[in-house]
Amino acid sequence: MTQVFGIPVAVILGQLMLGLVNGSFYAMLSLGLAVIFGLMRVVNFAHGAFYALGAFAALLALQKLGIGYWPALVLAPLAVGVLGVVAERLFLRHLYRLDPLYGLLLTFGIALVIEGTLHQVFGSSGESYPVPEALQGVLNLGFMILPIYRAWVIVASVVVCFSTWFVIERTRLGATLRAATENAPLLQAFGVNVPLLMAATYGGGVALAALAGVLSAPVILVTSDMGSSLVVVVFAVVVIGGMGSILGSIVSGLALGVIEGFTKVIYPEASNIVVFVIMALVLILRPAGLFGRE
Amino acid sequence: MYVSLTRAFYVLACAFALAVPLLGIYPVFMMKLLCFAMFACAFNLLLGFSGMLSFGHAAFFGSAGYVTGWLVTAHGWGTLPAIAVGTAASALLGLAVGALAIRRRGIYFAMITMALAQLVYFVCLEAPFTGGENGLQGLPRGALLGVLLLKSDVGMYYFVLAAFVAVFVFIRRVVHSPFGQVLKAIRENEPRAISLGYEINRYKLVAFVLSAALAGLAGSLKALVLGFATLSDVLQSNSGEVILMTLVGGTGTFFGPVAGAAVVVTLQEYLSDVVGGWVTVIIGAVFVACVLLFRRGIVGELAALRQRR
Repeated sequence: MTQVFGIPVAVILGQLMLGLVNGSFYAMLSLGLAVIFGLMRVVNFAHGAFYALGAFAALLALQKLGIGYWPALVLAPLAVGVLGVVAERLFLRHLYRLDPLYGLLLTFGIALVIEGTLHQVFGSSGESYPVPEALQGVLNLGFMILPIYRAWVIVASVVVCFSTWFVIERTRLGATLRAATENAPLLQAFGVNVPLLMAATYGGGVALAALAGVLSAPVILVTSDMGSSLVVVVFAVVVIGGMGSILGSIVSGLALGVIEGFTKVIYPEASNIVVFVIMALVLILRPAGLFGRE
Repeated sequence: MYVSLTRAFYVLACAFALAVPLLGIYPVFMMKLLCFAMFACAFNLLLGFSGMLSFGHAAFFGSAGYVTGWLVTAHGWGTLPAIAVGTAASALLGLAVGALAIRRRGIYFAMITMALAQLVYFVCLEAPFTGGENGLQGLPRGALLGVLLLKSDVGMYYFVLAAFVAVFVFIRRVVHSPFGQVLKAIRENEPRAISLGYEINRYKLVAFVLSAALAGLAGSLKALVLGFATLSDVLQSNSGEVILMTLVGGTGTFFGPVAGAAVVVTLQEYLSDVVGGWVTVIIGAVFVACVLLFRRGIVGELAALRQRR
């Protein structure tokens, strides 16, 4: 078998593949954070909680209502998105004129409420979600074994990320969104319903997180704290990429996932911390982030 | 009038604190409360008086506990030197984390401190001297200067109380010093402080290191009080709780963090018997309520009430 540094190539490719899967989730989550932050100046700490909520919504739909994977892929983000709109209307909108730190603290509280409730209702052991039938099995590419579901996750998230990018950068709706980012009062004076836009953006951002949650449900154990550990990594990704840039958050999310996967091959002990170490290096060399402006 | 009332309050608070063992209040609970109050005061030095929100203060609190615990168990060190080295270790860690974090401001600062604290958490999880998932158990409290035994809860209580009062007075002193005034100027208007010729990064870094060191002192004491140092001290949720304590009590007030710590620790202690795991949900709801309804906190609202009259 072919080897690089004494490690079989198939093992390296397998880990890179896993890294790319994780990177897809980082990309989708940091993308949602970037969209929300761009318009609302709110760092959404509850992002990880909404991600977990998406996974649990799919799980609950399957167990209680018999709704399968494919409908859940649409319904769970929709339900979580509605919840997001409600949260924005009830809580977040009161904070726009204050220091952004209050938004961070408020969403931290929301995250505790959601995760605490999930923990109480579903327990701490976690449950697994079956891989949908159409995506079971593996592809033998000759040089590596490729589980079909993992390939699907990567493809799906890349498609979702770039569609989001397209909507924001290339459509009229996106132009309105970007205009609101630049100068919301002026846009409102032109007759655009900015509060509605804000609520819809928050709902859309957390729906994206929930979609990532549904996608991840079959590859990980669904637990109440699946989001809280992830959100810190995603924050580091955002610091590395620079929060202002949508493309930047997609690229750095995927890249950091791959780097993490590669670290697992050569020095497994460091795989949990490599993203944070890279963040420290980026802060020393380029404090504004790789794609950021300041 | 205002000053004398405050003074009367402090005299009463001191009298109460000294009388605690006579009043039949469980000393270990009070010690825990004092340690968290010290932690919150240290955190408030950063958030309230320098305008920096650290979301990773558990790293300093927890790692100092580990260092102190490791020194008293594996090396048989005395109580005071172990606490001193634990605090110094936190100060060093604060120097490293602070130097990175002050390169950005506001929410980025918060995210960076959070990420670096997570890094510290993973190091604590895997380092050879922390006992991994089990943590360090059975830490001896030792004796003070070789004579005063701290094994009794009452003796230990007065030791912790003395340390707390020293930290409280020290923070007041720092805030009222010319250094503290510059910090305040930076908090209020950073560009103006720069234009007045202050090396603001140096001031911010010193404030960060001071806050980290005091948080470490609180962590060392807490480890000795309870006799163990575990991963829960370095967890992100612990960083969140100290923010909540400060927020509930009143950011930027001297007594606020103490009041906040009293509320949160009491809630956790007694509520967890009643509602079990729902405590996290309640803490989260308190967070939301604080941010939305009373951002000045208990002490801040009281002070505002007094001024209105």
